[in-house]
Amino acid sequence: MKMAWRDSRKNRSRLLLFMSSIILGIAALVAVYSFKANLQRDIDEQAKTLTGADLIVDSRRPLSPAVKALLDTLGSKRARERNFVSMVYFMKGEGSRLVEIKALNGDFPFYGSIETKPISAAKTFKTDRKALVDHTLMLQYQAKLGDSIKIGNLSFVIEGSLESVPGQTGLASTVTPVVYIPLEYLEKTGLTQLGSRIQTRYFYKYQDVASVNRDLKRHQQLLDKEQLRTETVATKKESTGRAFKNLNQFLALSGFIALLLGCIGVGTSIQVYIKEKLGTIATLRCLGLKAREAFLIYLLQVAVIGLLGAAAGAFLGTALQFLLPLILKDFIPVELSMGVSWAAIGQGLATGLIISVLFALPSLISVRNISPLNAIRASFEGAKPKRDPLKWLVYLLIIGFIYGFTYLQMKDAIQAFAFVAGILLAFLLLVGQSQLLMLVLRKMIPERMAYVWRQGFANLYRPNNQTMVLSLAIGLSTLFIVTLYLVQGVLLNKVEVSGSGSKSNMVLFDIQPVQKEPLVKLLKTNHLPVLGQVPIVTMRIIEIKGKTAAQYGDTAGKDKEKSMLRAFRGEVRATYQQNLRATEKIMEGKWIGTTPEAGTVFISLEQNYAAGINVGIGDSIVFDVQGMPVKTKVGSLRSVDWNTVQPNFRVVFPAGVLEEAPQFHVFMTHVAAAEQSAELQAKVLKQFPNVSIVNLDMILKTIGSLLDKVNFVIRFMAGFSMATGWIVLLSAVMSSKGQRLKESVLLRTMGASRKQILTITGLEYLFLGFIATAAGIILAVLGSWALAVFALKSVYAPEILPLLVFLVVIPLLVMLTGLYSSRSVLNHPPLEILRKES
Amino acid sequence: MIPPVEHILNIRNVSKIYENAGHKLTVLDQINFSIQRGTTVAITGPSGSGKTTLLGLCAGLDRSSSGTVSLNQVDLDELTEDERAAVRNRYVGFIFQNFQLLPTLTALENVMVPLELRGEKNIKKHALDLLDKVGLADRSGHYPVQLSGGEQQRVSLARAFSNQPAILFADEPTGNLDAETSDKVIKLLFDLNKEAGTTLVIVTHDLDLAAKTNRMIKLKGGVVVADLDLNHG
Repeated sequence: MKMAWRDSRKNRSRLLLFMSSIILGIAALVAVYSFKANLQRDIDEQAKTLTGADLIVDSRRPLSPAVKALLDTLGSKRARERNFVSMVYFMKGEGSRLVEIKALNGDFPFYGSIETKPISAAKTFKTDRKALVDHTLMLQYQAKLGDSIKIGNLSFVIEGSLESVPGQTGLASTVTPVVYIPLEYLEKTGLTQLGSRIQTRYFYKYQDVASVNRDLKRHQQLLDKEQLRTETVATKKESTGRAFKNLNQFLALSGFIALLLGCIGVGTSIQVYIKEKLGTIATLRCLGLKAREAFLIYLLQVAVIGLLGAAAGAFLGTALQFLLPLILKDFIPVELSMGVSWAAIGQGLATGLIISVLFALPSLISVRNISPLNAIRASFEGAKPKRDPLKWLVYLLIIGFIYGFTYLQMKDAIQAFAFVAGILLAFLLLVGQSQLLMLVLRKMIPERMAYVWRQGFANLYRPNNQTMVLSLAIGLSTLFIVTLYLVQGVLLNKVEVSGSGSKSNMVLFDIQPVQKEPLVKLLKTNHLPVLGQVPIVTMRIIEIKGKTAAQYGDTAGKDKEKSMLRAFRGEVRATYQQNLRATEKIMEGKWIGTTPEAGTVFISLEQNYAAGINVGIGDSIVFDVQGMPVKTKVGSLRSVDWNTVQPNFRVVFPAGVLEEAPQFHVFMTHVAAAEQSAELQAKVLKQFPNVSIVNLDMILKTIGSLLDKVNFVIRFMAGFSMATGWIVLLSAVMSSKGQRLKESVLLRTMGASRKQILTITGLEYLFLGFIATAAGIILAVLGSWALAVFALKSVYAPEILPLLVFLVVIPLLVMLTGLYSSRSVLNHPPLEILRKES
Repeated sequence: MIPPVEHILNIRNVSKIYENAGHKLTVLDQINFSIQRGTTVAITGPSGSGKTTLLGLCAGLDRSSSGTVSLNQVDLDELTEDERAAVRNRYVGFIFQNFQLLPTLTALENVMVPLELRGEKNIKKHALDLLDKVGLADRSGHYPVQLSGGEQQRVSLARAFSNQPAILFADEPTGNLDAETSDKVIKLLFDLNKEAGTTLVIVTHDLDLAAKTNRMIKLKGGVVVADLDLNHG
């Protein structure tokens, strides 16, 4: 141990470089682990405020008297909320917006609170025709307390601004802002009529958890039969934790990639360090040091420095975790607390130590083979590493570790395998690319080329070059960063493609049959086209293949039959039409557009929906259309392009069946400017208060701001990889600095000018940076193409300009780093450096 | 006063003082001498007497603290580092105790470097001839690490003469070699020097080697203590 300490004295700066390679990776992991631990603790502690009640029962349809009676007896305290999406009209500013209306009675929430300004508004709004309006919505429409809003036929006075609702994230409120009104006024708004998708939520407070479970157990069968969904504090806790699994996985894997990049830094620094120590080790071997002892000296140094690096990373990570909640607060439904997570720090320290030792091992085990003869002659042939079977074992261990770590994050063997295989493939391709580059340069550099160019290029394949290491560091960093960028582009593109062109960008829905004519007239007088009119009929499935839900329930042991049970739950929104639309394509069977009187009704199902409920061509389905049973047979299966701005349906009826059924309509139109859109919304809302309007531009804007937030998180995590990639680059450049410096000084001594030295060094790094960046970009394009085409099923059209920017900026950064390391040659007289070198 | 044409190197009142944390260390103090073109000169003295510092100043590798160094009628103190590099490339050759070959270049490439820096073309044959003269034509493709110390120094000799320098500076050229190899290298050095008519300045401890030159300048404590004419006739 004493020897390990003494020996490290002169080269600690090299070891510091090694240490700095892992600091950021460990910091990222510790920050993510701490965040995960704190989030889990917060979810556990605040679980009751997530639900606001001990038990919630959800229903989307009228209840049977038996269930009604049951629901009135549960719990010690009760509250009820009916919620749906509708338009709200700000009377003073004359603006309107699609919101989620929550009509509430009782003392919900029983735990936590609806946070309002003023605080008292959360209680007082229930006493009269008053409303609580989402605070961002109020800002957006410059509404003040005391102003009026109109919902359906009724106006409400704004009693308070809604700051937060139990269990709702900031993001959710951006997508559909909430407006609370007292339940007793809901009927009078006229919005509870047929066709409105209203969800009713029953909230219950219990004395203890055991009572909740006892009640659930006792009444589960009835609740299931009526297809009512229940939620308890425990199930909410579980589902919230599950929702954050993907986020945590993404964060942890991003951190791990930064750490893997750092591992390349570890490998490089230790390789150079051991090379520098060759003489010392040989001398010690001459003096009687055993090979195993030599190995242990350096193993100990690496372990200690690795642990110090991990400790610094853990410290930084613990500090950084205070940033994560700020970045992620919009995604999280609980109030985040921050604290030191010793488990996360422990994990970080262990990971840092294992990674340092593991990635240093390929160089460390070669210490065993250093001959004492090296002390006499540095070029002793025996110093060349023989094929060491232990090295292969180490490589296997490294791959095993990466797989194990990934598996721990993903808990899915195949996904973990795909991730590791992807990284390994990228690694091998980059190594292959660097070898090919060296081969091509060696063979292809023409002798007539100017000396500085030849020297710059030749440095890339000459002995002790850093081509492979730099290619890996630059290539992998580029690959990761550009892939993130491109995938994010694909996601945005997917949204924008759907909304481009002069197709409809405004959808009006919940139109009653009697409102059709006057609404068309209104659109026409405003010079707006009616791009589509679609009837919608709501219904329920009551029989599939001759069996009811109850009959399937009895045989519900099998998975297939279980999946069929889902079909009976909830409402089906179907349309009827004679001809297929452009977004639909028959994949199986035949489309029959009209049904003769008393003939068989052949419907068409969307193919994935049909597969989900386990029906095929010829199967029978009976629908309950507002109390009237309608027998049908599946006549065809369709594919539907859902990425279009128009209503699409899973179930389509032919003409001649549903025309007389209670229905509502959806219109599509195209508005050119925001003013026109606002004007139309105001007019429609005044004349037809029940009609809701969705403005695609606003949806795009909302999705844009949502993606901006996601992007920021992605960029934040990619930042670790970028910074680590740069540190590894710096470390690789610094590793070869000694040799480069010596060469440059000798060239200077022989008369090379400043320009010549700068050109040689600059060309070397610029060219290497360019090739590695190009390789990284090509791999990223291939990877993101595969992701776009196969996973996201999207059109792939990456923008060229940003890729070119990457291709210019990264090599320049590499070159500047290389030139920076050579600056001492230019700033000092050659003799001064020659003396130091000797 | 304009120095006589036959003097390739003129050192006038040259001092070199290093300052470290306010402490001044005078390594060379008021040195004066001139060297005639085509002669061979040895600079000798004990360790720490300032020999290598003086050689560095003479060759334009460093700047003096005071005084003037004029090489081939060019006043080095007036020049920028780039201009001095150009002077070195044009007039000066070097041989170092530890050979100082570029480890990433082959023997042949090492010999070609000074000419390539000048931008000269078709120099391979000239470099191969030089390697042949030092007996290493068959090792032209080898990297320094693949050569013995004696072989490395012979490559270094070939490199030093490759740009046909007006003056050659050798810093302890045999310091890292055994006696037998030293003799061979020194013989080669003097033979090549004679053939090229180059001025040779050798810094050495080795009095036997110094005795082979025309003149010996002895340094001690940073001052010239003797300047002996060793003309062997």
